[in-house]
Amino acid sequence: MSIELQHVSFIYSPGTAYELHALKDISFTVHDGEFIGIIGHTGSGKSTLIQHLNALIRPTKGKVLYNGEDIWEENYDRRALRSQVGLVFQYPEHQLFENTVLEDVCFGPLNQGLSKEEAEERAKKALASVGFREDHYGKSPFELSGGQKKRAAIAGVLAMDPKILVLDEPTAGLDPKGRDEILDQVRALQEERGIAVLVVSHSMEDMARYAGRLIVMDHGAVAFDDVPGNVFAHYEELEKMGLAAPQLTYVMQTLRANGLMVDPAADTVEKARDSILAVLKAERQGVV
Amino acid sequence: MGIIKAVKLAFDYLKYDDDGNVEDTQRAVDDVSLDIQPGQFIAILGHNGSGKSTLAKQMNALLLPTEGAMYVDGTDTAKEQDLWKIRQKAGMIFQNPDNQIIGSVVEEDVGFGPENLGVPTDEIWRRVDDSLTRIGMTEYRKQSPNRLSGGQKQRVAIAGVLAMLPKCIIMDEPTAMLDPNGRKEVIRSARELNQKEGVTVILITHYMEEVIDADAVFVMEEGRIVLQGTPKEVFSHVEELQKLRLDVPQVTLLAHELRKSGLPIPEGILTAEELAGALCR
Repeated sequence: MSIELQHVSFIYSPGTAYELHALKDISFTVHDGEFIGIIGHTGSGKSTLIQHLNALIRPTKGKVLYNGEDIWEENYDRRALRSQVGLVFQYPEHQLFENTVLEDVCFGPLNQGLSKEEAEERAKKALASVGFREDHYGKSPFELSGGQKKRAAIAGVLAMDPKILVLDEPTAGLDPKGRDEILDQVRALQEERGIAVLVVSHSMEDMARYAGRLIVMDHGAVAFDDVPGNVFAHYEELEKMGLAAPQLTYVMQTLRANGLMVDPAADTVEKARDSILAVLKAERQGVV
Repeated sequence: MGIIKAVKLAFDYLKYDDDGNVEDTQRAVDDVSLDIQPGQFIAILGHNGSGKSTLAKQMNALLLPTEGAMYVDGTDTAKEQDLWKIRQKAGMIFQNPDNQIIGSVVEEDVGFGPENLGVPTDEIWRRVDDSLTRIGMTEYRKQSPNRLSGGQKQRVAIAGVLAMLPKCIIMDEPTAMLDPNGRKEVIRSARELNQKEGVTVILITHYMEEVIDADAVFVMEEGRIVLQGTPKEVFSHVEELQKLRLDVPQVTLLAHELRKSGLPIPEGILTAEELAGALCR
């Protein structure tokens, strides 16, 4: 399974006074099992970009290929595509509407044409995989906490058994505990089901911990597409885009400025600790 | 007595059945005592459900204590006749910028509070001018709030509180729904008001970088205050904070890890410079 964007551009309201080039010549490929972070400040085109992935919007120019097939070919089954590429919007809890959590999660699979039993089986599996407690299945979605609502909404998308999962700021408004739980579960899904995951985020710290690849958007174009450590090395350019590297990047830079030649690409606490210990050890042994 | 003082305060949420009888009580705040001095910048931490917001809502009498007492600038919040005086002194900013803007033009929104207090019109306009200037939003005064960014909306909300001439502003996760730039804008504004004008700020947040310059930090868990002190003191308790599933600044965590590995580094390091100082001696 792969999804490929070829020179995609998108213009809102072309030919009017409100014309806006939201995406400019975007090309990249998403492969099976990847965990990709999409970062960019508000208005950089992130949300427009992800809506191209399951044909919610049609590129003004360029192509979107799913498994090599152009999703905007005349006879392409875009409805089927939308269950393959599951999109969870920001504040998905606002989209819960059924009487009970279980009914809400069944909504997708029922629409895919599954029987009630099959849909419930899928729904229960999806709820379990996001760590949703079984004794809450019969609750009204409106009785749930913010984190539980988000999980129910993510389960609603998972129940359609997508091959690619796209989440738009899944941790917005959650506390650190809720945030870690959601991201841990998304990672577990990616590892267990081998699906590709794309997460739109504002948090460099979170993406350093979870993503294997970062796509940084700036003014509708891809500014960087690389492993997190390499992206953060461009922290001065990131700042010009209204972003920042994780706090650790600055710590490592400060240490280097003070003559301690630690690894500037260390982007997790563990890597930073190991790098500092290694440098200190080398210094003691007089290697440096 | 400080500007905000809680004495052995407790609060129960009551759940009613269909006939209006109390079915269940849940203690959300339990035995909290604190005394916040005028001009302080205070941060309150704790995960969702720890009682932070319930405590905050008692600071301007949106909720009244079940047990104990809350005093705002010396006035007991339980005195109903003083309700408006209390709300004028202690203004509140909430999480969602869209839920607290009511005017269709920025300047009207800012003037809404004093108008309700019966302030004379020319005085209202003077306060609107002043509040917008202090928060740096004057150039947006004739705009519709709908066209503002989240950070700008929160600043309009702060200007609306300022127009009431409060002594204290309570901010309940004001940056949770904002992007990094919006977050910086709002925190910068709060800090300026605190430092230049001596407005007391009580900030509830999950973002540690907003906490490290506070005068005092309170950490809540299950309705109680479980840790308190200067940021340096509180962040010396890395393992306790982690047990409470709270974030610790990355540099503090790194220093803690290095200390565990045997390096002579003090606890409670909050900046890269401090760590460099400790390592490069």
